[in-house]
Amino acid sequence: MLKISGNTTLVLNINGEDREIIAKPSDTLLYTLRNQLGLTGAKPGCENGDCGACTVLVDDWPIKSCLMLTVEALGKKITTIEGLNNIPIQKAFIENWGFQCGYCTSGFIMVCHSLSIHHPDADEHTIEEWLQSNLCRCTSYQEIRDAINSILK
Amino acid sequence: MGHIPQIGISIPKKESWNKVTGRAKYNGDHITSDTLHARILTSTHAHAIIKSIDFTKAEKSKGVQGIITGDYLPVLTGSIIEDRPPIAKDKVRYFGEPIAVVIANTEGEASYAIKLIDVEYEPLLVINFLQDAMKEDSILIHEKLSQYHHPSVEANPQFNTNIAGSTKIRKGDVHKAFNDSYIILEHNYSLPQSDHSAMETRNTIAEILPSGEVVINTSSQAPFAIKEELSKVFGLSKSKLIVRTPLVGGAFGGKATVQLEFIAYIASLAVGGRKVRIANTREQDMFSSPAKIGVDAKIKIGATEDGIIRALEATYLVDCGAYSDTGPRMAKAIASSCTGPYNIENVYCDAFALYTNHIYVTSYRGFGHVAATFPVERSIDKLAIALNMDPLELRLKNAIREGNTTPTQSKVTLSNTGNVEECINKLKTLINWEEGQVVQNIDDTIRAKGMACFWKTSNSAPDAISGVILKLNSDGGVDVNFGAVEIGPGMKTAICQIVAEKMKMDINKVHPFMEVDTQISPKHWKTVASMTTFMAGNAAIKACESIIKQLKSIGSIVLRCTPEDLDVANQKVFLRDDPSVFIHFKDLAHGYKYADGPSIGGEIIGHGNYIMKHLVPLNPETGQGKTGPSITVGAQAVEIEYDPVKYDYRLLKAATIIDAGKIINPGAAKGLLMGGMSMGLGLATREEFVYNAQGQLENSSLRTYKLIHFGEQPEYLVEFVETEQIDAPFGARGLAEHGIIGIPAALANAISIASQADFDTLPISPETIWKAKTGGKYDSL
Repeated sequence: MLKISGNTTLVLNINGEDREIIAKPSDTLLYTLRNQLGLTGAKPGCENGDCGACTVLVDDWPIKSCLMLTVEALGKKITTIEGLNNIPIQKAFIENWGFQCGYCTSGFIMVCHSLSIHHPDADEHTIEEWLQSNLCRCTSYQEIRDAINSILK
Repeated sequence: MGHIPQIGISIPKKESWNKVTGRAKYNGDHITSDTLHARILTSTHAHAIIKSIDFTKAEKSKGVQGIITGDYLPVLTGSIIEDRPPIAKDKVRYFGEPIAVVIANTEGEASYAIKLIDVEYEPLLVINFLQDAMKEDSILIHEKLSQYHHPSVEANPQFNTNIAGSTKIRKGDVHKAFNDSYIILEHNYSLPQSDHSAMETRNTIAEILPSGEVVINTSSQAPFAIKEELSKVFGLSKSKLIVRTPLVGGAFGGKATVQLEFIAYIASLAVGGRKVRIANTREQDMFSSPAKIGVDAKIKIGATEDGIIRALEATYLVDCGAYSDTGPRMAKAIASSCTGPYNIENVYCDAFALYTNHIYVTSYRGFGHVAATFPVERSIDKLAIALNMDPLELRLKNAIREGNTTPTQSKVTLSNTGNVEECINKLKTLINWEEGQVVQNIDDTIRAKGMACFWKTSNSAPDAISGVILKLNSDGGVDVNFGAVEIGPGMKTAICQIVAEKMKMDINKVHPFMEVDTQISPKHWKTVASMTTFMAGNAAIKACESIIKQLKSIGSIVLRCTPEDLDVANQKVFLRDDPSVFIHFKDLAHGYKYADGPSIGGEIIGHGNYIMKHLVPLNPETGQGKTGPSITVGAQAVEIEYDPVKYDYRLLKAATIIDAGKIINPGAAKGLLMGGMSMGLGLATREEFVYNAQGQLENSSLRTYKLIHFGEQPEYLVEFVETEQIDAPFGARGLAEHGIIGIPAALANAISIASQADFDTLPISPETIWKAKTGGKYDSL
């Protein structure tokens, strides 16, 4: 069993790289990503699990990084928006006007990316179930639905 | 030389790739290690005397650098009435009001320390309802209202009352018109306060440098207003005040006022000018920073037998909460647009901006027009039922036309207002109105449509200004710098499109400065009122003219002709009569160098500016005046499926036809209107601040204050009517806020007709329908 207290040097696997960080047991993954690694693509929106702006992938599954402690992510594969480079869903968000201010976009893209990994042929119901985890205040969601539909089979 | 149009085409936002890769930086993404972090302690009472604040324990807490209360630097702020201390002093007037600020090395240390502060309150009676604020014997929220300075000419607070401001509209003779009316309807309507809920909460960093510069980095719609307000309140030199705003994560009006910036400045001052950051938690963003107005309205309309509306009498009580902020200005906006886009010749309207012990309010998408539209559009549907007329035809019959006047008696032209009739007619086809407003489904559910029209002008300051600076790069590209903040609508891209069109060049060669820095960017009044494309667009055209003139001037020397012989397109200056004789922009941009060495010219920099023209403050007795350069009109509809057994409904469609003149970027415009409709459906179906009997806000998290989620949206439809505005850049009127305005009324009209009951209060939930239909007699609560 891992036991840590106070500030501890740890190694997280982020975007395919092992990165050394210093974390307290109470630090959230969101805090570590932003403040230790400068990975600011994951955004604080509510820090309560309600908005999904901080979503990252942990072993390819979407996780609200404000609800996960950094120490819980040890030994897991973490993917942030900075780890996605020119993949179809990013282009689809642009082509379908899937964002305006862009603040929720990283989180939505991470959920969509994970959905396309796990359910490349997702139906409308599955898409809804997945994307209800996140909030967008600028768009009408129709644009985001068009974006995800355009990359699924 | 051929030119491909750069406006009227859907170009993705310039910053798109940064936004989909997480590389776009917002204010909270720039925290440096020399930054201190502040946390705000907020009031737990809605109205109370602060007996004492004891922070001796907190002071000793780890990492704490300073603690301040309202006594540290007592000032009063407000753009209309200076009634609000940034940190409460002696008294609190709403639940959530800042009362102390802890500045510490880390956010965690600041959060820990504020819990160690002891506050002793003496609770006072609470004004929780608008009608109580109006009572003659009401307690006063601001006993010293008469002593406050009110910098704005439009301010007219009524001393020894809770009235922060009021607007009168007196047009025609309503008394006579009601006497002559065949039918008179009178009803009450109510819309609650609610939240902006931008995904990025408000946050700011302030620093006072040893040489005297004050630097504010903030998430704001109004960096230039922050500069003005901070200078005014703290007596700072404007030349030493620098406000910087990067991309903003949504605003919707909520970031158009100054709030955290005052506190951050005071906090920085308290720690020797060090950099101090204040970021709202989501909860604080909802219960402590300003919200959207609530409104109670009473509307009386009189019409002839064939449905011509002759008179409108209206009273609006606007819930401004504890401080006036922009409230009185929104009351004015409501009064001056109270008829909706209809020609009503006799109008008698009073709008009162009232203090209550609710959270104070500021501008919100639509600037009061949702509240102005809901009562009148519900009234028209009721009139249609009473007269047994089609509500769409009734609206057509009364639609405002060229030659009519607005409630403020300014003249309507096609150019300054657009074409309401055409919007209604297009809507009729788009949503298949002909099939009938109510259609019975086989499974006993009911499909129903409701509609509403809207109009909105800017209600901007009569001296609102904008400016654009253009610089030519040595590759012939153009850099664009202006002071409007990119809050999401894509205004940076829209202005680049206008530049590209005017310069007849490719939009991909036009590059915006994405941030705003008040030291570098030309002043732009505020990024509000759907006015950016109009104001900055007009300035951009002038700046292009300046660039073109310089290019032709230097080009004429190189090409040995007069400037008049030349034209520009595709980044070339060329002879009109022989385009094969030309010179590239890139060879002129930073001076032209002759083959044998000598050079002429220099860097080509152009600028253009714009100031509002012919706006006239309202006459205090009649409301006569002009509140904006133009009005944007439209017609909207919502289609629902109503279940008469469950008293539940589903959203099927929401549609907007808007006449915003020339559409610069149809893709972006459609997105803005759809987003606006989505917010409108939020207001109509669920969004509401709930206060308990003590005036404490009970739903201040996104778990208890529900926004529309993915999958709950209907199908959205948007189409345009393009009646160009003569004095607008390529004819473009404002459109960014407008999608929201008529949607709550359209939904209420649909539910009312489907359920055969009147819904005049927002939001409309299955529970409210059930209560209306059954009397709620089995309600165990």
